[in-house]
Amino acid sequence: METIRIPVTRIEGHGLITIKLDEGGKVKEAKFHVTEVRGFERFCRGRTFWEMPGITARICGICPISHLLCSAKAGDAILAVRVPEAAHKLRRLMNLGQIVQSHALSFFHLSAADFLLGWDEDPAKRNIFGLVERYPEIARDGIRLRAFGQRVIELLGGRKIHPAWAVPGGVEYPLDEERRDEIKRGLPEAKGIITRTISLFEENLPRLREEIKTFGDFPSLFMSLVADDGTWEHYAGRIRFVDAERVIVADGLDPARYYEYLAEAVEPWSFLKFPYYREYGYPEGIYRVGPLARLNTCERMGTPLADEVLQRFRALYDGKAVTSSFLYHYARLIEILGALERIERMIDDPELLSPRVKADAGVNELEGVGVHEAPRGTLFHHYRVDENGVIQWVNLIVSTGHNNLAMNKTVQQIAAHYLDGRKLTEGFLNRLEGGIRAYDPCLSCSVHAAGTMPLVVKLIGPDGEELDEAVR
Amino acid sequence: MIALKIDGKEIQARPGQTILEVAREHGIRIPTLCYLEGLSPRGSCRMCLVEVANWRGKLVPACATEVQEGMEIVTQSERLRRVRRLVLEMLFVERNHICAFCVASGHCELQDLAVELGMDHVTLPYRYPGLSMDLTHEDYGLDHNRCVLCGRCVRACSEVEGAFTWGFQGRGIETMVAPALGAPWGASDTCTSCGKCVQACPTGALFEKGASTASQVKRPEILEEVTERRPRVP
Repeated sequence: METIRIPVTRIEGHGLITIKLDEGGKVKEAKFHVTEVRGFERFCRGRTFWEMPGITARICGICPISHLLCSAKAGDAILAVRVPEAAHKLRRLMNLGQIVQSHALSFFHLSAADFLLGWDEDPAKRNIFGLVERYPEIARDGIRLRAFGQRVIELLGGRKIHPAWAVPGGVEYPLDEERRDEIKRGLPEAKGIITRTISLFEENLPRLREEIKTFGDFPSLFMSLVADDGTWEHYAGRIRFVDAERVIVADGLDPARYYEYLAEAVEPWSFLKFPYYREYGYPEGIYRVGPLARLNTCERMGTPLADEVLQRFRALYDGKAVTSSFLYHYARLIEILGALERIERMIDDPELLSPRVKADAGVNELEGVGVHEAPRGTLFHHYRVDENGVIQWVNLIVSTGHNNLAMNKTVQQIAAHYLDGRKLTEGFLNRLEGGIRAYDPCLSCSVHAAGTMPLVVKLIGPDGEELDEAVR
Repeated sequence: MIALKIDGKEIQARPGQTILEVAREHGIRIPTLCYLEGLSPRGSCRMCLVEVANWRGKLVPACATEVQEGMEIVTQSERLRRVRRLVLEMLFVERNHICAFCVASGHCELQDLAVELGMDHVTLPYRYPGLSMDLTHEDYGLDHNRCVLCGRCVRACSEVEGAFTWGFQGRGIETMVAPALGAPWGASDTCTSCGKCVQACPTGALFEKGASTASQVKRPEILEEVTERRPRVP
């Protein structure tokens, strides 16, 4: 049996893909390994829960806002006080900015080069710089759109990356008119960009039929928060699971009691755990989270333009769940549009300018769970503290982790479809990476890990001999 | 009056003044850490070392050395820069000073010194001691990880508040500031919860409970405001 080992690039974090071949040279098994360890859950013990937003935001430089907000929400639960409505609205606004910037990064900077320049393009060109050269307008759009999302975060929290603005009980300081108006002024351009980009992606869909079919198109459950009336949700709400038919499997689940319906398996070959839906067992309880899942679980986006596109998105699968992970890209664009429409809808709310944005309290509960939709999916922060607020125990279930089983299945599907012979061709490696990239995984987050970002692919023969290896 | 030179400049000083006081009167900057206006000087942190050129270049702490007739003092030199930076590096590696999420980040005297002395990295190995926090006090918290043992809290408590809650415990590198003879701070029956120790603390070691990243602003000048009409503590 032979194994191929492939490093994955243009993702956040580093990982490895191995492919095992049988005697006939056919793919026997393909795995996606996450090879980093960080230890946040351990070293946060002994700190105070007031510091946790600041500490856990450092898990990631791409989506620090997700950890910041989720941690602040876990802290809210420990304070057990009513957080001012204005603070909730401001946090929502920041999270919408975060969704715009993170999705724009994934689509334009990391992935667009693959399907616009082609999978077989020279890797020296197949990146954001190649995109700038060939499609300067699109690259410019991507950079502008991401800048808008980043600016929303900066205007609210004082800095683009790692603002320590959301805290247990609310946010540190309010928004003023001048900053509010700047956000407002940026909206028309951002909406123009995303509308153009959605058209561009839709025009390209017929050309991408093979990718849609092979980049992780399989039945699974989908999980996300939805609002009480079933509308798309990113900050509050309750957990819903739907299946591949888009039939609701479980609904109205209390996000703070995630351990009743989620369980995690451990495999010796990856540092990333494998969560599954408890009732269906392992690995049958495979589910996906993130943009694709949110669009499958919700009934509507809740904003007019995004809902129009959602209809076209659903039509691809006749109204059933969209099961191809390649269409995470499409879902991301729809979410950007929805996020911008929501910012537009809320920006004139006078409560956004309220000076009352923080509730003060001591430790009133010894346990707190924060749950929240990060760009990559549902994020859980669960803390236990002593009566003085010192952290005793931490559990983080990070978005990318939920997709672990699905990413493995995707790698398997792509390998089986595209691997030809015993050599690793450039086009094959790219597709394999592209399959992982569709999830926009943040491996640094998922294992709460740090480092440079290579992905290694190894091809291992039936006798365990390494036949080929590629490192990026 | 006493005549002396600081950085080549001829200066008149009153007897009993320290080098630091005279330098500050003349707008000459000498970095300090354990020194605080309103408290007695200790000379323990060694940040304010200056060279006395006509004492064969002897290094003396400016905050605790009285001026003498004819002294020729150098406050800036390559040697002093090297020595101060080494002292600062030792302060940083001794415990766990993680500015990224510290409550005092942006308002921290230790951080400011690192900026002033251009300490963008340390050349010594970190010790990473596993130290605890004490959050038993109703209003304030203590994080030993961020303590530099300057003793400003100890002096503020004894010299200004007169409560004598704070002291030192242990010896050498094992030394810790300790409230109530080592009992949890919340169990102290001498602490008046006045908060002077918190305001005097130059880092995030003492903070107001509920403080989050970068939100703890200190007002060490209150010690001087409280003491300016009092006779100087001998």
